[in-house]
Amino acid sequence: MAAEREPPPLGDGKPTDFEELEDGEDLFTSTVSTLESSPSSPEPASLPAEDISANSNGPKPTEVVLDDDREDLFAEATEEVSLDSPEREPILSSEPSPAVTPVTPTTLIAPRIESKSMSAPVIFDRSREEIEEEANGDIFDIEIGVSDPEKVGDGMNAYMAYRVTTKTSLSMFSKSEFSVKRRFSDFLGLHSKLASKYLHVGYIVPPAPEKSIVGMTKVKVGKEDSSSTEFVEKRRAALERYLQRTVKHPTLLQDPDLRQFLESSELPRAVNTQALSGAGILRMVNKAADAVNKMTIKMNESDAWFEEKQQQFENLDQQLRKLHASVEALVCHRKELSANTAAFAKSAAMLGNSEDHTALSRALSQLAEVEEKIDQLHQEQAFADFYMFSELLSDYIRLIAAVKGVFDHRMKCWQKWEDAQITLLKKREAEAKIMVANKPDKIQQAKNEIREEIEEWEAKVQQGEREFEQISKTIRKEVGRFEKERVKDFKTVIIKYLESLVQTQQQLIKYWEAFLPEAKAIA
Amino acid sequence: MEVHPEAGKEGKPSCALVELQGDSSLQVEISDAVSERDKVKFTVQTKSCLPHFAQTEFSVVRQHEEFIWLHDAYVENEEYAGLIIPPAPPRPDFEASREKLQKLGEGDSSVTREEFAKMKQELEAEYLAIFKKTVAMHEVFLQRLAAHPTLRRDHNFFVFLEYGQDLSVRGKNRKELLGGFLRNIVKSADEALITGVSGLKEVDDFFEHERTFLLEYHTRIRDACLRADRVMRSHKCLADDYIPISAALSSLGSQEVNQLRTSFLKLAELFERLRKLEGRVASDEDLKLSDMLRYYMRDSQAAKDLLYRRLRALADYENANKALDKARTRNREVRPAESHQQLCCQRFERLSDSAKQELMDFKSRRVSSFRKNLIELAELELKHAKASTLILRNTLVALKGEP
Repeated sequence: MAAEREPPPLGDGKPTDFEELEDGEDLFTSTVSTLESSPSSPEPASLPAEDISANSNGPKPTEVVLDDDREDLFAEATEEVSLDSPEREPILSSEPSPAVTPVTPTTLIAPRIESKSMSAPVIFDRSREEIEEEANGDIFDIEIGVSDPEKVGDGMNAYMAYRVTTKTSLSMFSKSEFSVKRRFSDFLGLHSKLASKYLHVGYIVPPAPEKSIVGMTKVKVGKEDSSSTEFVEKRRAALERYLQRTVKHPTLLQDPDLRQFLESSELPRAVNTQALSGAGILRMVNKAADAVNKMTIKMNESDAWFEEKQQQFENLDQQLRKLHASVEALVCHRKELSANTAAFAKSAAMLGNSEDHTALSRALSQLAEVEEKIDQLHQEQAFADFYMFSELLSDYIRLIAAVKGVFDHRMKCWQKWEDAQITLLKKREAEAKIMVANKPDKIQQAKNEIREEIEEWEAKVQQGEREFEQISKTIRKEVGRFEKERVKDFKTVIIKYLESLVQTQQQLIKYWEAFLPEAKAIA
Repeated sequence: MEVHPEAGKEGKPSCALVELQGDSSLQVEISDAVSERDKVKFTVQTKSCLPHFAQTEFSVVRQHEEFIWLHDAYVENEEYAGLIIPPAPPRPDFEASREKLQKLGEGDSSVTREEFAKMKQELEAEYLAIFKKTVAMHEVFLQRLAAHPTLRRDHNFFVFLEYGQDLSVRGKNRKELLGGFLRNIVKSADEALITGVSGLKEVDDFFEHERTFLLEYHTRIRDACLRADRVMRSHKCLADDYIPISAALSSLGSQEVNQLRTSFLKLAELFERLRKLEGRVASDEDLKLSDMLRYYMRDSQAAKDLLYRRLRALADYENANKALDKARTRNREVRPAESHQQLCCQRFERLSDSAKQELMDFKSRRVSSFRKNLIELAELELKHAKASTLILRNTLVALKGEP
C-alpha cells in the first residue's frame, strides 16, 4: 500500500489542512474551495442537495462535526444507513435526483479523506503517524478471533452468539484487548454498511459469509448432532476469516462502523439483513436491475489496463470454480474413506475375536486398532481439505465477485458522466435555439433559465469526470493491493495444507511401523 | 479386447494366497490368457514327470466353465467327501470396468485432453488388474489340486490338464441349472444340521469346536471382505479425484502472472504424483487384504461344506443304527441292516479322520497366508507413506524457498 501512496489530489498537499482539523468545518470548507475550480462553489452552510453533487467528494459540511463527537456523527449516519435498503447505490442513479447524496453522508467523507491523505477521520490524533507508518510498513497490528459459539434463546427465535476478540496495539482503539458478543446478522449488517459506503467508489469490500436457512434452522430447532456442530464451526471460521480480511484493508480499518462493531458492547440490531425481509427483496430486485443495466452499458474503454484486468479476473473466477468443485468432491470422498475404514476396523476386530489361532487373533485385533486410528486421520485430513483448501477457494470466488462489482460500478460511473455530457449538449442546443427565436418578451427569462441549466450541467459533467477518474484510480490501487493479498493468502494456505498432508503421512508411518512387528509375531 | 498378461512372470498374487508345498512331480500354471469379448481363454501348462502323462510338458486351452466342471466333479465324488475341495474360481467379470470405459468414451466435454488421457489410463489399468486377478484365481485353484496328495490323482484332473479338445461343458443346460437349485435346498438342510437345529448330537469335541468356529468365522470374514472392498474403492475414488484437481491447478498456474504461477504448477505436479501413490495404496490393499479375505472366505465355505458332509454321514450312521435296532427287534433283515450300518460307520470314521487332517491343514494354511499378507501390506503401506512424505516435503521446500 505504501508504494502506491500518492500525493493528495489537492495538488500541493496542503499541510495546513491537518492543523485545522480540530475545527471540522474548516477542513471541508477549505478543501471544498480548493477542489472547485468552477465559480459555482456553494456556501457550506446552506447546501441544497444538488450542490452536493457538484461538490462530488465534499461531504455535507453541516453534518461534519469532526471532533470527539465523531462517534455520534457516524452513529447517526449508521442508523440512517441501516434503515434504508443497505445496498442502494444512490450516487450512481443516472439522474441527479435530490436523493442522491444526503442520506449517506459518510459515503462521501471516508473515501474522500482516504484519497487525500491515506488516513481517515482519526487523523487529528497522533495516531495518524502511527497509521501512516503501518500503512507504509504493512504492519497491521490487529488480530481478530471469532470463538465460543453459544446458543441464545429457544425455538425459532434462537440464534448463535459469537465472541469477537480483538487484540491490537493500534491507538485508535481504546483498549489493547477486548471482546464483544455478536450474532450473524450483526456481521451481515456490518458488511452492508461498509458495502454501501465503499463499494461504489471503487473499494473492494470483502463479502460476508453466506446465509443458510437450512443450516440455521437445524441449529435453532436444537439438533445437537454432528452436522449442526459442523455447520456452526464452518460459520465461525468463515466469520473469522471475514473479519480478518476486512481489518487488513487499510481504509476499512479506519471506518467507525467497523470500530463500533469490534468495540461496542451493544449494537443496534441490523434488521434488514433477513433473507425474506422487505429490504432483502428490494436488494434482489436492485441486483436484477443492475444486471440489466450492466448489459446495456457500452463503454468506450480508453484504458487497456481495465479491460485486461477484467478479463484476468473472469478467467480466474472460472478456474477457481472448477478447482473448488473438484476439491469438494475430494472432501466428500475422503469422508467416505474415513467411514469405510471405521467399518472395516470393526469387522477386522470381530474377525480377530473369531480367529482361534492366538497370535493371528492378536494381530487382527491390532490391525483393527490401526485401522480405527487411520479412520480418525482420514477424518482430520478431510477437515483440513475443507477448512484450508475448499474454503479458501470459495472465499476467493466471492471476493472476485466483489472485484467484478467494483469494475461494474466504474462502468456505471462512466455512464453517468456520459449522460451528463449528452444532457449538457442538449441544453446548449436548446440555448442556441432560444437565441434565434422570435419572441422577445419571453426570451430574456428563457435565456436566464437555460443559462442556469447549462451551468448546472457543466458542473455535473465536471463532477462526472472527476468521479470517474477517482474511481479508476481507486480501483487500480485496490486491485494492486488485492493481488498482493491474494498471493500471500494462497501461499500461506497452500503451505499450511501441505503440512497437514505431511502430518497425516507421518502418522500413517507411525501406525504401520507399530503394527509390523505384530504381524511378524504370528507364528 | 485382447490382453495377454504374463501371468507367470511378474509377482504372482497366487503365491501370496496359498503357501503350497512345492512338489516338482506335477507343476501347473496358466502361462497365457486372452480376453475376447465375453470369454477368457486360459492356457494351462503342465510340467510333469509322472508316468501317467504322454509328454513331460504340454498345454491346453480352457475356459471358465471347464474349471467349474472340474470343481463340481470333485464335489460330487464320494471318494473326496472327507476332503476340503479347493474353492472354484469366480467367474471373470469385466462388466463394471467395460461400462466405465464406455462411459468415458461417450465423453464429457468439460474434461481436458490430459484429464481424459489420465482417466483412460486409470480405467485400462483397472481392467488389466481385474484380468490379472482372474488369471491368478484360476491358477491357484489348479495349483492347490496339484499339490494335494489325493486330489492330484483324480482322473478328471488329468483329462482337464491333457485333453486337447474342449470338454463340451460350456453353458449350463436346464438339468444343471435345476441341479444347482436343488443343491441350494440341500444346503439349507445342511445349515440346519450344522447349526444344531436338527438335533443331531456331535460326538467329538474337536468337531464341535470347529463347527462353532467355522460358522462364526465364515460370516465375519465375509463382512470383513466386503468392507475391505469398500475401503479399497474409496482409495481409488480419492486417487481419481486428484486428476481434475491437478488439471485445474495447471490451468490456474499457466494463467497467473505473479508468484502464484510456480506455486500452482508445482502443486499440480504434486497432486499428479500423489494420485499415483494413492492408486498404488488402493491396489495393494486390494491384493494383500481384500483378495486374501475373499479367498479365505471361499476356503472357509469349502471347509464348512466338508463339515456338512461329515454331519450327513453322521446322520446316516445314526439312522443306520436305528434301522439295525429296529431290524433286530423285529428280527427281520438283520444282515443287510448290519452291513449297511457297518458301511455307514466306516464311512463316517473315514470322513472324520481325513476331515480332522484337512481342517488342521486349513488352519495352518490360513495362518501362514495371513501372516505373509499382513506383513507385506504393512511394508507396502510404509513404503507409500514414506514416498508421499518425501514428495510433499520436497514441494514444501520449493514453495517456501520462493520469495
